[in-house]
Amino acid sequence: MEDLKKQIIEQLNLQDIKPEDIGNDQPLFVEGLGLDSIDALELIVLLQQFYNIKLVNAEDGPKVFHSVRTIAEYIISHQNKND
Amino acid sequence: MYINGTGIISPQQSFNHESFLQNMAEHQGEQMRCIEPDYKELLDPKLIRRMSRIIKFGTAAAMDCLKDAGWDAVDAIVTGTAYGCLEDTGVFLSRMVEHDEQMLTPTAFIQSTHNTIGAQIGLSLKSHSYNNTFVHRGFSFEHALVDAQMLFHENAAKRILAGAADEITTYSHAVLKRFNIYRKDASNIHLLRNPGKGTMAGEGASFFALHSEPNGNDYAKIDGLKTILANGNENMEPVIEGFLAAHSINVSGVGLVLMGVNGDEPHDAPLQKIANGIFGTTPVFGFKQFCGEYPTSSAFALWMAANICKEGKLPPTLAEVALAKPLRVLIYNVDLTGHHSLILVSSC
Amino acid sequence: MPVFVAGVGVISAIGNNVAENQDSLKKGIHGIAPMAYLQSAHRNRLPVAEVKLSNDELAQKAGLSNRISRTAMLSMIAAEEALADARLPLNTALRKAFISANSVGGMDKTENFFPEFSANFHAGRLRDVVNHECGSITELVARKIGFTGFVSTISTACSSSANAIFYGARLILNDVADVVIAGGCDSLTRFTLNGFNTLMILDEKPCQPFDENRRGLNLGEGAGYVVLVSGKIAAMLQRKPDVQLSGYANANDAYHQTASSPDGTGSFLAMDGALKMSGLKTSEIGYINLHGTGTQNNDIAEGTAIKRLFDGHYPPVSSTKSFTGHTLGASGGIEAVFSVLALQKGCVFPNLRLETPMKDLPFQPVTRFMDNLQLQHVMSNSFGFGGNCSSLIFSKS
Repeated sequence: MEDLKKQIIEQLNLQDIKPEDIGNDQPLFVEGLGLDSIDALELIVLLQQFYNIKLVNAEDGPKVFHSVRTIAEYIISHQNKND
Repeated sequence: MYINGTGIISPQQSFNHESFLQNMAEHQGEQMRCIEPDYKELLDPKLIRRMSRIIKFGTAAAMDCLKDAGWDAVDAIVTGTAYGCLEDTGVFLSRMVEHDEQMLTPTAFIQSTHNTIGAQIGLSLKSHSYNNTFVHRGFSFEHALVDAQMLFHENAAKRILAGAADEITTYSHAVLKRFNIYRKDASNIHLLRNPGKGTMAGEGASFFALHSEPNGNDYAKIDGLKTILANGNENMEPVIEGFLAAHSINVSGVGLVLMGVNGDEPHDAPLQKIANGIFGTTPVFGFKQFCGEYPTSSAFALWMAANICKEGKLPPTLAEVALAKPLRVLIYNVDLTGHHSLILVSSC
Repeated sequence: MPVFVAGVGVISAIGNNVAENQDSLKKGIHGIAPMAYLQSAHRNRLPVAEVKLSNDELAQKAGLSNRISRTAMLSMIAAEEALADARLPLNTALRKAFISANSVGGMDKTENFFPEFSANFHAGRLRDVVNHECGSITELVARKIGFTGFVSTISTACSSSANAIFYGARLILNDVADVVIAGGCDSLTRFTLNGFNTLMILDEKPCQPFDENRRGLNLGEGAGYVVLVSGKIAAMLQRKPDVQLSGYANANDAYHQTASSPDGTGSFLAMDGALKMSGLKTSEIGYINLHGTGTQNNDIAEGTAIKRLFDGHYPPVSSTKSFTGHTLGASGGIEAVFSVLALQKGCVFPNLRLETPMKDLPFQPVTRFMDNLQLQHVMSNSFGFGGNCSSLIFSKS
C-alpha cells in the first residue's frame, strides 16, 4: 500500500502530501483527500498503467477507489485474472 | 470603460503593485519567460496541482486584478488567448504518440481547451455570469475588449473582468523558431536599440477590472479600439488618423504612442516610418522590450498605458520625458501575421 | 431591434449542404458509422459521425488545397453556402464580419506533424502546423469569401458557435457591422477522440440521447453558419428574411471543470436569460433543439433545467446529435441552422433511438418527424466544458 500511495501522489500531482499523510482507510473522495471525478479517471489509468487492470465501468469507481485499502484489495483480487 | 484594477504576470516584476517598471528584468537568449509569484497565496492549493503554467498565471493575474479593484464579483468574464493551453496540448499529444492512443490521462485533455482560463476564473469566483473566450491571433485581447464595450453599451454588465494570456512552451517555441522569427542570442535590454533580424518570444497574463462609470480612483479610461486585418503593405497612416478622428482628436492630440516594434527590422520598418511620420513630434516608445513578442502582448501595453496615465509620467525604464496633461495614449500593435490594433487610452 | 437570418449553410455527417441535411432529418437517416476517414487505434471500436467526403473531395468542393486542415475545408463549404443563400446586394458598401468558432483549429494536421517532430525538433513538415491556431482557420475562410472587415474566433468548447452567433448579432446591434456570417466548424481528430475517450463518455454504439440507459456520445464533425443582417439590410434583400434571432444568453455553471451541476444551473440560467431577452413566455417556445449529447451527466442536467424552467408546459424537444453526433465547436452553428429550418418548414425533428425515456423527467423527446406545425419560436441549446452554457431563440418574423 505504501507504493500505491506514492503512485497516487504522483499520478494526481498531490504536491505537499507525503505517503504518511494518507491513512490506509481514509476516504479519498469528497472528504478526506477531497478528490473528484477527474481524479477517479486518472486512477483508472493508474490501475491500467501499473497493474494492467482495466476498470471498464466508470460507475464502479467510487466503490473501488473509496480508500487506499479498497484499491489495494481490488488490485490483489484482479491481478490474478487475465483481463 | 474605466480601468479600476489590474493584475499582470509578465517577464518583468509586474505582479507587485508597489512600483511600476522601476527596473528592467533582463532576459537573454530567445525567450522571455514570466517572473511568477507564489501561487499558493492566490489560488486554492487543491486546484493548483492540476493547473498548467498558463492556467496558474492566468487565474492568478485575474484574482490579483480583482483584489486590486476590491471586487469580489463581476458581471462578465471575457478572455483572449491566441495559442490556448499549449503545455497541456503538448502533453496530451506526446502521450498519444508514446502510448499509441492508450492509457491517456484526462487532465491534460480537459485543461487543453482554450476556455480553461476563463472557466477556471469563473469556477474560482463561483460566478454564473457571462463568460467568453476569443482565440483570434493578434486580435484575441482586443475582441474581448469589444465584447466588454458591447456589454456596457447594452447595460448588460456593470463590472467586467477582461484579460488575456499566452504562454511559451518547449514544443511551441521549437516550432515557431523554425519560422526564423527569433534572434539567436539576444538580450531584451538591447532588443529595440539594436534592430536586426528576428525578435524575442514573450508570454504573460494581463487582466483588467473594467466598469462603465468612473469612481475617481481609476487607472485610466479606454476610449476606443480598432482592429485591422492587413493584406500586405497598406499605408496605415490614414487608418490611424481616421481612428483618432472618430474619437474627435488628431495626431497632435496624442501625448504618447506605445508601439509594437519588436526588434525585427522588416517587421518594424513600417512602424518606424509612422513614428517618424505622423508621430514625428510625439513621444513614441516600444513595449516589447519588456514583455517580448506574443499575440496578446497588447494587453501588457494596456497595463503600461494605464499606469502611465495614472502616474502622469513615464517609468525610469522608458525615459525622462515630460508628458502632456491630460494625457492620451495610443497603443499601436502589429503582430507577426498582419494583425494591426489600435487602442486609445486617456487619463482620468 | 431584431437581427435577421438572411441565409444558412451546413455540412455534416448527414449531408453536404442544407437540402441534404434536411432530407436526412426528415427521413430519419443518421450519419453515425464506423470510422472511415480518420486514422486511429480506436477505429474498430468507436462509431463516429464523419462528413462522408475525403479530404481530397472536400478540398475540391471548397476550392482549397488538399493540404489544408479539414476544419478549414468544412468551414469554407458551409460559409459559402450560407453566403450564397443570403443573396446579398453586390454594390452596397457593407461592413462585413466573419465570426467563426472551433475547438481545435488545425489539429488534424498538427497531430500528423507531431510524431516526427517530437522525436526530432527539426523534423515534420512546417506547412502542417502553420494553420494550427483556431484563428488561422477562420482567416483562411474569411479571406477567401471577402469578409475581412472584422474577423474573429471564439472557443468555448461545445457552446462555441452559439456564442459566435450571438456575438455576431451584437456586432450588428452595436453598429459595428451590417452583415455577419457567424457559426462554427470542427473536424474529427485523434486528439479529441482520445480526449473524450479518457473521460469515458463515448458510446461504442450509436448514441441514445435522453434515454434512461444512454451510454455516452458519438463524436462528429461539420460546420454550420447563419448570415445575420440588420433590419435595414434585410429590407434591401431580394428574398426578405422570415426568421430572426430574437433571444440569446450565456451563463456559467461554475460547478466543475467538466461535469454539469446536477440541477443544471448553468443550463437553466442560459435558457431563462434567452427567454427574458426575447420577452417570450415558456409556453411560446414551439420546439427545443436540445444539446442532448447522450452522456449521463448532460442529459439529466439539461433535462432537469428544462423541467424547472418549463414546469409542466413542455414543448416538443429532440436532440439532433442522434443524427450528427456531437460536432463540438460546430454544434451550436449546425443546430442553429436546423432550428432555422424547423421554423421555416414548420417541422420538428425526431430524437433517434429513444427506447426508454428518462424516469426522472416528466417529458420525453419526440421520436417521429412532424411537420405542418405552426411554429413561431424555436430554442437551441449548447452547453460546454467548463460549464459554458448558451441558448439561442429564433423566431418567425
